[in-house]
Amino acid sequence: MYENIIEIRHVHKRFKHVQALVDVSLAVRRGEVLFIFGPSGGGKSTLLRCINRLETVDEGEITVDGIPVTDPHADIDALRAEVGMVFQLFNLFPHLTALQNITLAQEKVRKRSREEAAEIALRLLNRVGLPEKADAYPRQLSGGQKQRVAIARALAMNPKIMLFDEPTSALDPEMIKEVLDVMLDLAREGMTMVVVSHEMGFARAAADRMVFLDAGQVVEVGTPEEIFSSPKEKRTKEFLAHVLY
Amino acid sequence: MPESGPQAVAEVIPRKEPGLIPWTTQLARLPWWGLILLLLGVALVYAIVTVPNYTDAFYFIAPGLKITLLVSVSAFTIALVVGLVVGLGRISSNPIVYNISTFYVEVVRGIPMIVIIIYVAYVLVPILVSVVHSLGEALQTVPWLANTGRAMAALHITDINMLARAIAGLAFGYGAYEAEVFRAGIQSIEKGQMEAARSLGMSYFQAMRYVILPQAIRVILPPLGNDFIAMLKDSSLISVLAVRDLTQLGKLNRSRTFRTFETWNTVTYLYLSMTILGSMGVKWLERKLKTGV
Repeated sequence: MYENIIEIRHVHKRFKHVQALVDVSLAVRRGEVLFIFGPSGGGKSTLLRCINRLETVDEGEITVDGIPVTDPHADIDALRAEVGMVFQLFNLFPHLTALQNITLAQEKVRKRSREEAAEIALRLLNRVGLPEKADAYPRQLSGGQKQRVAIARALAMNPKIMLFDEPTSALDPEMIKEVLDVMLDLAREGMTMVVVSHEMGFARAAADRMVFLDAGQVVEVGTPEEIFSSPKEKRTKEFLAHVLY
Repeated sequence: MPESGPQAVAEVIPRKEPGLIPWTTQLARLPWWGLILLLLGVALVYAIVTVPNYTDAFYFIAPGLKITLLVSVSAFTIALVVGLVVGLGRISSNPIVYNISTFYVEVVRGIPMIVIIIYVAYVLVPILVSVVHSLGEALQTVPWLANTGRAMAALHITDINMLARAIAGLAFGYGAYEAEVFRAGIQSIEKGQMEAARSLGMSYFQAMRYVILPQAIRVILPPLGNDFIAMLKDSSLISVLAVRDLTQLGKLNRSRTFRTFETWNTVTYLYLSMTILGSMGVKWLERKLKTGV
């Protein structure tokens, strides 16, 4: 067992015209909730997407549970099954019902039987507060409901880590809480979570550490208490002054 | 517009503007083209039943329907398989696969269908046969493969009949077009779908099979239907290989009887009845996919 379930060492990533990540090094401990925040275009999502190799890195190394993600020979499918991902735009499969969305990968990747997968899916739907929506198609669900199904879909794989990429940014205000409540429950149960978000309330309630990422660089890392009451860096102060009121 | 009151309401009511003769506006809306077509069809059926020259032409040409349909259905089936494989190749990140696929699509789409059919029948198939032939001769020298080698060496160009070459030619030509239909359909699905599927640990092909293609097929089905109708029409080109399809039997009937009008009216009628039925089917499919979601 590695104490740090995710290790990011000196990662650089460049898109055509932007330097997305500059020498980023971070470690996430088992059971920790790491909250990444910062201005748009600062590299938050890119960093998150590098962790399960939806983006490749130009330089540096990332290991997840001891497996080098950045090694091109790594069994990436096996690794991704252990890392749940929740997207800003939900990305539910529109041709499948909520239940089928949750059972598909269980059957095809985890090789569970249809019955077992459905049982797990129903239990998870219950847990995210949508037991009656099993047979609904994504187009019949509200944004908040879609995102909760998406979380259930990721959880069905029994991941060791959950990555959240701005999970509430595309939601109407009155639906944000229902999604954050589910995430809060997860955090309390000890799930390792990396959350990219602007929801400072969630950070205050659930984060163990916060990372301020700006212009592709880690500017500051600290506990919510440190970040909110006494940020060390000028840029952190300025950013917080803009988002908090 | 928040305007209200009696005046505004009065303006919304469409004015009835009678034509010179009161019922002409109604008549103008009728699908006359369809009625005329139907009438012509009925007239031709009547002619086939009652006029001996038409009856004779029909009975001579009609067996060509079987060949035309057999060629179209089998060539289109093969073209679909080719199209799916090449279409996936066109979006592959592997440079070798991508370049081979693109080479095929660009070359084939730049050649007239009739030339493709002739080229496949008289150039590609003979080359393939002689490759198999010489491979067989080479294999005969290997003791445990001698039997396979002998069988392969025995293959002769005359063993591949023109019907098979016609199917191969049409499939080869249409495969390139279907590849583009598949590629466009797959690319019309949001990138997030593939990302979500891969994030769950599915392989690329699992994600294609269970997530992308089931969604893409809704987009793809109507253009595929149209391409099938186009192939039904292009199958007439195989008459250059003397395959006895509708068109070839038309040519034969004309030179047999010198009844040009009767012959080509019958041929045209037979093609039209298939293609019009087909395009009605595609329209129905389009409506069903749009409303069914």
